[in-house]
Amino acid sequence: MSFARMALATLMSFTAVSALQADEITKLRVATEGAYPPFNFTGSDGVLTGFDVEIGNALCAEMKVECEWGTQEWDGMIPGLVAGKYDAIIASMSITEERLERISFSRSYYNTPSTIAVPKDSPVSDITPEALEGLLIGAQGGTTHSVVAEEIYSDADVSLYPTSEEYKLDIENGRLDAVIDDLGVLQSWVDSEAGSCCKIIGSLPIQPELHGQGIGVGVRKGQEELADRFSQAILAIRENGTYKTINDKYFSQDAFGE
Amino acid sequence: MSDASIGAPGSYVQSQAIQAKAPPPSPTSRPWTPTRIVGTTWLTLWIVSGLGIVWFLLNSNSVALVFGGEGLLPVSLTHNAKFLTKYGEKFVSGFIITLKLVGVSMLLGVLLSIPMTFMRMSKNRVLGSIAYGYVYFFRGTPLLAQVFLIYYGAGTFREPLESVDLWWFFRDAWNCAVLAFTLNTAAYQVEILRGSIENIARGQWEAASALGLPKWVTFWKIILPQALIVSLRPYGNEIILMIKGSAIVAIITIYDLMGETRRAFSRTYDFQAYVWAAIAYLVMVETLRRAWDRIEARLTRHLKR
Repeated sequence: MSFARMALATLMSFTAVSALQADEITKLRVATEGAYPPFNFTGSDGVLTGFDVEIGNALCAEMKVECEWGTQEWDGMIPGLVAGKYDAIIASMSITEERLERISFSRSYYNTPSTIAVPKDSPVSDITPEALEGLLIGAQGGTTHSVVAEEIYSDADVSLYPTSEEYKLDIENGRLDAVIDDLGVLQSWVDSEAGSCCKIIGSLPIQPELHGQGIGVGVRKGQEELADRFSQAILAIRENGTYKTINDKYFSQDAFGE
Repeated sequence: MSDASIGAPGSYVQSQAIQAKAPPPSPTSRPWTPTRIVGTTWLTLWIVSGLGIVWFLLNSNSVALVFGGEGLLPVSLTHNAKFLTKYGEKFVSGFIITLKLVGVSMLLGVLLSIPMTFMRMSKNRVLGSIAYGYVYFFRGTPLLAQVFLIYYGAGTFREPLESVDLWWFFRDAWNCAVLAFTLNTAAYQVEILRGSIENIARGQWEAASALGLPKWVTFWKIILPQALIVSLRPYGNEIILMIKGSAIVAIITIYDLMGETRRAFSRTYDFQAYVWAAIAYLVMVETLRRAWDRIEARLTRHLKR
C-alpha cells in the first residue's frame, strides 16, 4: 500500500516537473565535457572552468536561474540529456542535422573553423587535401572536426582519440603528422607551453553541411522555450559586453561568428 | 463370433480377452508454486525483451511486411536499412580487427606463457621471482591502464627508444595494442598452466620415474596432455574475457568493433549501433563456446564410456 502511494507520489512529482513552464525554472543542471581546453576543462584547482563554463554562467545570470555544472563523457552527452540527467548541454557542441533529430539547440554562441596544426619542423605548410595526402592526422572522435577530417582528407590516415588531451600527447610524441580541431582549442594550445611543439598552418572555411550552424546550447526536445531563453540571453550578453569580456580573456579574435 | 466357439475345445481363440492396460496416469497438473510463477514470469520477460530487440531492429531499419507486394511470394519484406548500409561495412572491419587483435595476442600469449610458466615453477629463486613479479603486475592492474601506459608511456620515452632503434615498433598503435594484450593474457595463462600442471597427482611423476622415463618425456607425454584437459575451460574463459576486454582498444585509436560502434553512435545517436555490437560479441563468444565443447569432447573421449 505504502509502495503504491509512494509510486503515485513519484509519478505526480514527475508530471509536476515536466509541467513547469520554462519561465518558472529556477535551477538548471548543465553538463559539459571538462576535457576540451580552453572551452571547458578542470583547472589546476579542480574547479570546472573555460569559455563554455563562463559563458554558461553569464547566460544563467542573465536568465536569473541557478546553474549547477556537471561533467559527462562526450559520447554519452546527448543520451544523458535525453534521459534527463541534466537539462542543458554547454559543451562546445555544434548544431548539426543529426543532433537536431535528437535534441533542440539555442542559437549559436560561437562559431570558429576547423584548424590544422603540425609540428614546428614539419615540411607541410598548406592545408589542401593534396598537401596532407598519406599523412597521419589526429582528431577527437565523435566531433564535427573528425567528420571534416574524414570527409575532406580522405586520402590521409585519420586517427580518432577519445579526447583532445590524447591527440595532443601523440603529436608531441611525434606519432602524428598533423591534428585537426577547433581554432580556439588549437590556438590556446600552441600559445601555451604544452603546445610549444607545434604551429597552426591554417583554418578551413566553415562548411555548414559538415560543421553545422555553429556551437549552441543543447536542450531536450519539447523545451524549445528554454532554448529560446538561452538564445535571448546569448544576444543579451553579446549586447551588454559580458560576451566580449569573456571572449577577450580566452581569444585574440572574436569567436562569435555570424 | 458366436458364443459357442468361445472355450470350445481345439479352438485357437483365446477364451479371455487380454486385459487392456490401465491408461497412463493423466499428467497431474503441476501446482503453480511461487517458484514456478517467478520462473515463468522471468522466462516470459526474457522472451518479450528478446522480441522487443528484434522489433526495435526491424523498426529502426524500417523493415515492413508487404502483403501482395512485389515478387512471386504474396508476402515480402521491404526495408530501408540506412544505418546498416552506411555503417555495416565499418562494423565488419571492426569485427575483423577485434578477431585479429584477440587471435594474434592469444597466440603470442601462449608462446610467452610457456617459458614464463617454467620460470614461475622453477626452483631458481631469481627466475621464480621475475615470473612472479610479472604475473603479479599484469594480473593486478587493469588492462586499460596497461594499454594506456604502453602506448602513451612509450611516447614520452621517444628519444631513448629511438636510440635503441625500437621507436618504429612503439610508434604504431597496433603494435602497442598487441604488446599490451599479449603481456596481459600471458600473465593469466601462466597461472592457468601452472595450476593445471600442479593439479596432476604426484603419483604420475613417481610412476614415470619408477619406469625410468626421463623427466622431459614424463612432462611432455604424460603430464602435459592431462594438464591441457584441465586447463581447456580456463583457456576458453580467458579468450572470452580477451574478446570483451579488447573493447577498450579504441582509446589508442584502434577502431575495433566497439570503436566502430561508438563512431556510428556518435554520428547517428541510434541505439541500434550498440545492439548490433552486442549481437556481434554474442556470436563470437557463442562460436567459441561451441568449438570448445567439441574440443573437450574430443580430448576427453577416453574418459567416456
